Amino acid sequence: MSYEFIEGNEAVARAAMKAGCNFFAGYPITPASSIFQSMLDLIPSTGGMAIQAEDEIAAIGFCIGAAMAGRKVMTATSGPGISLYSENLGLATIGETPMVIINVQRQGPATGSATKGAEGDIQFTRWGTSGGLPVIALSPASVAEAYELTYHAFNLAERFRVPVTLLSNKEVGLTRERVDLDAIKLPPRRERIKVAEDEAFVPHGFQSSADVPVMADIGGEHIVRYTTSTHDQVAKLTTNPEIIGDMLAHYNNKIINHVDEITRVKEDFETGAQTLFISYGVTSRSVAAAVETVRRKGRKISSLVIQTLWPVPEKVILEAMQGIKKVIVPEMNLGQYLLEIQRLVPANVELVGINKMNTTLISPRQIIEEGGLL
Amino acid sequence: MTTAAIATYLDTENIALPYCPGCGHKSIVKQLDKALVKLQLDPKKVVIVTDIGCIGLADRNFMTNTFHGLHGRSITYACGVKLARPELTVIAVKGDGACGIGGTHLLNVARRNIGITLLIANNFNYGMTGGQHSVTTPDDGVTPTTPWGNFEQPMDLCATSSAAGAAWVHRATSFDRDLPDVLADAISQEGFAMVDIWELCSAYYRPRNDFRRADMMAMLTENQFKPGRITDKPRKEYSARYFETYQADRNVREDRSKISLQFEHRLDRQMGIIIAGSAGQKIKSIATLLGHAAIASGLHATQKDDYPITVMSGHSLAEVILSPHVIEYTGIDEPAIVVVISMDGVKQAGACIRALPETSTIYAEESLELPDTNAQVRRFAFIEAAKHVGKLSLATVAIGTVLQDTGPFPLAAFTAAIQKNQKPAIAEVNLKAILAGAALVNPNAAIGL
Repeated sequence: MSYEFIEGNEAVARAAMKAGCNFFAGYPITPASSIFQSMLDLIPSTGGMAIQAEDEIAAIGFCIGAAMAGRKVMTATSGPGISLYSENLGLATIGETPMVIINVQRQGPATGSATKGAEGDIQFTRWGTSGGLPVIALSPASVAEAYELTYHAFNLAERFRVPVTLLSNKEVGLTRERVDLDAIKLPPRRERIKVAEDEAFVPHGFQSSADVPVMADIGGEHIVRYTTSTHDQVAKLTTNPEIIGDMLAHYNNKIINHVDEITRVKEDFETGAQTLFISYGVTSRSVAAAVETVRRKGRKISSLVIQTLWPVPEKVILEAMQGIKKVIVPEMNLGQYLLEIQRLVPANVELVGINKMNTTLISPRQIIEEGGLL
Repeated sequence: MTTAAIATYLDTENIALPYCPGCGHKSIVKQLDKALVKLQLDPKKVVIVTDIGCIGLADRNFMTNTFHGLHGRSITYACGVKLARPELTVIAVKGDGACGIGGTHLLNVARRNIGITLLIANNFNYGMTGGQHSVTTPDDGVTPTTPWGNFEQPMDLCATSSAAGAAWVHRATSFDRDLPDVLADAISQEGFAMVDIWELCSAYYRPRNDFRRADMMAMLTENQFKPGRITDKPRKEYSARYFETYQADRNVREDRSKISLQFEHRLDRQMGIIIAGSAGQKIKSIATLLGHAAIASGLHATQKDDYPITVMSGHSLAEVILSPHVIEYTGIDEPAIVVVISMDGVKQAGACIRALPETSTIYAEESLELPDTNAQVRRFAFIEAAKHVGKLSLATVAIGTVLQDTGPFPLAAFTAAIQKNQKPAIAEVNLKAILAGAALVNPNAAIGL
């Protein structure tokens, strides 16, 4: 057993290397800069590149170009940078580009509190570019999970040919914790699925709508076409409503039809409990502490921690709410994921949001008090 | 077996070139094709990157790799492809409109000397959206957005790019007979090469301004916009520089970060420690070493730091939690220990100090005035003790005192963390500082180390 005492941001970089990341582009921003710094330490000796772009628009542009030329890419920023990524996130979606985006959330809006934590970008991540197509986003609660989920993010990006966001938080990214990274169990690394050299290449080819098209690297043995405009399966510009509709259904279905495969949750259910916590990110740790306190008092309580915020694991949430009378959703924002629970919660179940948006963590005490669990 | 020469890189049979009669784009596309034919490049190793604007429709006709991206951002994708695969020939083709929205990319690709070729189809207006004025619209030019004539200074793209450090810059027109040769020359450059190609927009700018070929040519001879080769100063391309600079052996870091269990702790409950002082007092690094020592003693630990964006002034505060159990909530609502070593620290931790319960202990530098508090206050001559040890030892002295007094783990764990993680000269000072701090509580503290 050997431990390290590292920050979440370093864990992200280490996981990226483990996942085979060989291209990083970023722009300095607190509290995400140390991810770039760690990548610059780790990546060049493996033949990869970490580069500082002139702004976030160029950073994600470099990443998309490099990804389509065969690299496994990552970029990291915070709220203001995600705002500048917005248009290119749409490009990566319509172009089916695998990439990993780290958002080390800080208190917004705008410049906000650069050095303070928040979880205010939950719905922004879901609706962060025009078109409203589904996205994949994971939220780590700890340094160990920052490592684990970054690795998963790379696998998911390759599996579904989409940008995958890690919704970290200054409270995870810049907090040091004891970790044993080698002890974290990870699935095999997913490599890019490429078309054979002697097979015809269809850049966005699928049989069934939810299929994920195989890829070819720009510069390889196939001619590759890529476009930001509505296109057909061979990436030819089209204005045909039927083809456009089919393509859009494909971008939607390849994610929505695979929700169960994407879903990662942590369940701590107690038989007979009538109160259920639903939480994510660093706040789920305050929930864990609150759960321990409540149980010590001899009361039953259950907790569902959601690691894959998007797409919403509706089935798991609905199952968790069975027999439950009260659902408590604490968040470091004014109630963003609460909206998702609201639309799922049965009519006879009380729904309580515990919200704080002042740069500080929600404490277990606040959860117990506002959750009516005294 | 010799491969037959490629006669054209254009497919105009399946997709007709979409341009208006008299539009310069058609000519530019055909002359780019001639340049590629001249160079006989493998189409699989060529990437044509476009963005939005009428010229951005051109990639569809090329039988090379093509990438059609967001307005004004073609340079960024082209750079991404080129950085990923430096062996490819990457040609970005964009309009003058894209030079406005993507101006920063124009400057930075030139400055970095990333080996792409940039062709600008410059027809002085936004032809795709109705002929609005662009960064290159001439003086007095009439457009829908400059109805009484343009009074914005037109940008000299070549001078701008050259001033930003472009290695190779050329100004041409779509009428130039030698354009295919110029383009082939540009494409053959190792580093960044840019060609600003002037042309006429037959739908908007030309009719609205009666702006004919002769008028355009006249602008080129008015000294304001020099035609021909503007810059030719080759230098090493970006990727080559990158891998020369970041050689593998420069990036081998000594792996000091692994911590193995060597000591035994004596904590039965979680302990929150706040260390409050000033920037430059090494509070952050001492807090990290405290964490290392705790982990080497079998404890869990977390650390958070708080300091202003201007790192060299104002307060510096570290929050450390040590615990025999998994630490869930990483906030410290009621710290067991608050260490204060400067007035900046007192100010920053003031509210916390005032709210402390009786069960908390403050370890304060004796000269500091503290706010009212219910906590136990213990005052020590940290500054005086640190003076005898050396610069930057104040925080270590104070931690030496705390560890000696509270004993969550052996002092030896802390000295081991210092020896493992710090350079010998710094470690030597800090080891003395621990002993000096410990001696403030127990003069015999050094025994056993």
